[in-house]
Amino acid sequence: MRLESVSKSYQHRGRTVAALDNASLEIPAGDFVAVVGPSGSGKSTLLLVLGGMLSPSTGKVHLNGHSLYELSPNQRAEVRRQKVGFVFQTFNLVPYLTALENVQIPLYLAGVDEPAQKERATALLERVGLGDRLDHKPPELSIGQQQRVALARVMANDPEIILADEPTGNLDPETGQQILDLLEDINREGRTIVMVTHDPRAAARAKRTLRLHEGRISSASNGVPAATRRDSNRTMM
Amino acid sequence: MHLRKLVWREMFERKNQLATSFLAILLGIAVVVSIKNITFFSEKAVAAQLDALGANVLILPKSVSLQDYYSADMQNDEFPEEYVQRLALSDIQGLDNLSPKLSLPVKLKDRSFTLTGILPKSEFQAKAMWSGAGIFARPAEGCGTVADVPGALRPTAKETLVRQRVIEDLSDTEALIGADVATLLGTKEGDSLDVLGRTFTVTAVLPQTGTVDDSRIFAHLHAVQDMAGKGPVINAIEIVGCCKEISGGLVQKINKLLPDAKVVTVTQVVDTQVKTNGMMARLSLIFLGIIVLVGGASIANYMYANVYERRREIGTLMALGAGSGVILKMFLLKALLLGLAGGVCGYILGTVLAVALGPRLAGIPVLPMPVLVVWAIGISVVIALVASYFPARRAARLDPCATLQEV
Ligand SMILES: Nc1ncnc2c1ncn2[C@@H]1O[C@H](COP(=O)(O)OP(=O)(O)OP(=O)(O)O)[C@@H](O)[C@H]1O
Ligand SMILES: [Mg+2]
Repeated sequence: MRLESVSKSYQHRGRTVAALDNASLEIPAGDFVAVVGPSGSGKSTLLLVLGGMLSPSTGKVHLNGHSLYELSPNQRAEVRRQKVGFVFQTFNLVPYLTALENVQIPLYLAGVDEPAQKERATALLERVGLGDRLDHKPPELSIGQQQRVALARVMANDPEIILADEPTGNLDPETGQQILDLLEDINREGRTIVMVTHDPRAAARAKRTLRLHEGRISSASNGVPAATRRDSNRTMM
Repeated sequence: MHLRKLVWREMFERKNQLATSFLAILLGIAVVVSIKNITFFSEKAVAAQLDALGANVLILPKSVSLQDYYSADMQNDEFPEEYVQRLALSDIQGLDNLSPKLSLPVKLKDRSFTLTGILPKSEFQAKAMWSGAGIFARPAEGCGTVADVPGALRPTAKETLVRQRVIEDLSDTEALIGADVATLLGTKEGDSLDVLGRTFTVTAVLPQTGTVDDSRIFAHLHAVQDMAGKGPVINAIEIVGCCKEISGGLVQKINKLLPDAKVVTVTQVVDTQVKTNGMMARLSLIFLGIIVLVGGASIANYMYANVYERRREIGTLMALGAGSGVILKMFLLKALLLGLAGGVCGYILGTVLAVALGPRLAGIPVLPMPVLVVWAIGISVVIALVASYFPARRAARLDPCATLQEV
């Protein structure tokens, strides 16, 4: 995944707000990047641009050697369906569907038949420890459980890249740790993770940290050595 | 998970919000279906009446205003029976069967019936004066009336009275009774029946006609005149005329001959009903316009609100890889289901209304019309789809980022 001098500016009440300013970046497959920075520094914008959801004002985004924004919107949707998964701070589960059905959505979009959808979705929910909550709707789940459903959903189509915007932002430290454990696990399967976070402890779980300031990538630092990370509590899996 | 399930779950989980637009379309369709249904049967009734009575002419006392052809003789005004002779003696062409009537209300076993005196055809023929005048000598062929075909079976009294409204023979002590009279009194053919102190033999029970004739007891005119004690008077004369003659000024000729009587044709009688039907047809068009506007606006409004409310969900689906086509289909399928449900339920409600109210409003029996379900669903689905198209397109064109960024 590669950003080539990407800028993104919004027009807001006649004024131009620069959210990303000439950002260049290379993220190798299997990386686990934490993106930190003050509020309004362009972190969410960066993720959306990476995920093919938001065309940059200038610059190019390459994914597996293809220039993402030279594709049509529906082709980008196709790329997302196959390769990219989003995790949101607010989980964004579909409120009227059960946990199982929420996880089935990406599978339905990919054209998987129903029995196979159910089987895979059940397995994923069991993996995140929610095998006994398949028929619960989001309001009937704790917020930690909701984020785990969202993680199961993001895994449904076996994405190469996972883009997580403050996945632990709404969670208490305990449940936040569970989610981070899951993300680490997912990363260990060889998937690339880009995670926006405000929490230094969460950032410390990543392989490296990217600092954004006023839309510019100001510094990149390697995270805590791998050995230390491995020791963190892993009650979930 | 598939699209239908997704749409269905959303509709079902939030059915309260759906209720208003569903009701709007349901009620609209129901009203139009019931109007269509009643109008159809009303038109059929008119057609049947025209068909059965075709060229018939009624002669009534001047003061009478006519509501229903079948009960035209049930009023208190009379004119002399002598009018019949005047008609018979005239040289007016196209009078084939003269049927004078005198009706009396009677109570039997605490139920109200009508005793109707009629004059059998043989009676005319027996009177030398009348037959000498030759009206029955005139050939009646081509008039669609009672031309006796040699060799063919003579129609029975029942058939001629019900279908052609004349009878060949009837003695002073014989009576024919309508189907309702027979069931309510438990009387069969061959039984005797006491009416106002006289005893009649029931020679026939007439088949059900669905008209007031069902609660009539037909007896000889002169017997009824005796019982009424008003002398040789009658309430009405029914004439089977020829269509050709009627259009050729038969009514005017009778008017001239009997200036104190009122001459009415069936066409005039059913005219009010024809007008009502026309009005109903226009009304159903107006209602159709109203449901298209109100139902459509209500659905469009609901759909816009629904799209707005679900923008985060739409953004999420797009982030999960849904293209704009899926989103468009999702809302159009919802509109389709709404239209289907509104059409089917509207048809059912409208049919129930028509069957229940038809007899009261239009005085005719109304049966369900299955073809209207196709019509109802068609209209309802088209309205729902058209009204939802722009909201659905807006949903499909939503900027997913904008919806995901707001918290
Ligand atoms: N849709 C928009 N229209 C106008 N300006 C926007 C829009 N989205 C973001 N911005 C602006 O772009 C800048 C970067 O926003 P972004 O959401 O990427 O920040 P962020 O780093 O994710 O902040 P936070 O940590 O608060 O989530 C901000 O100044 C913001 O006001
Ligand atoms: Mg943000």
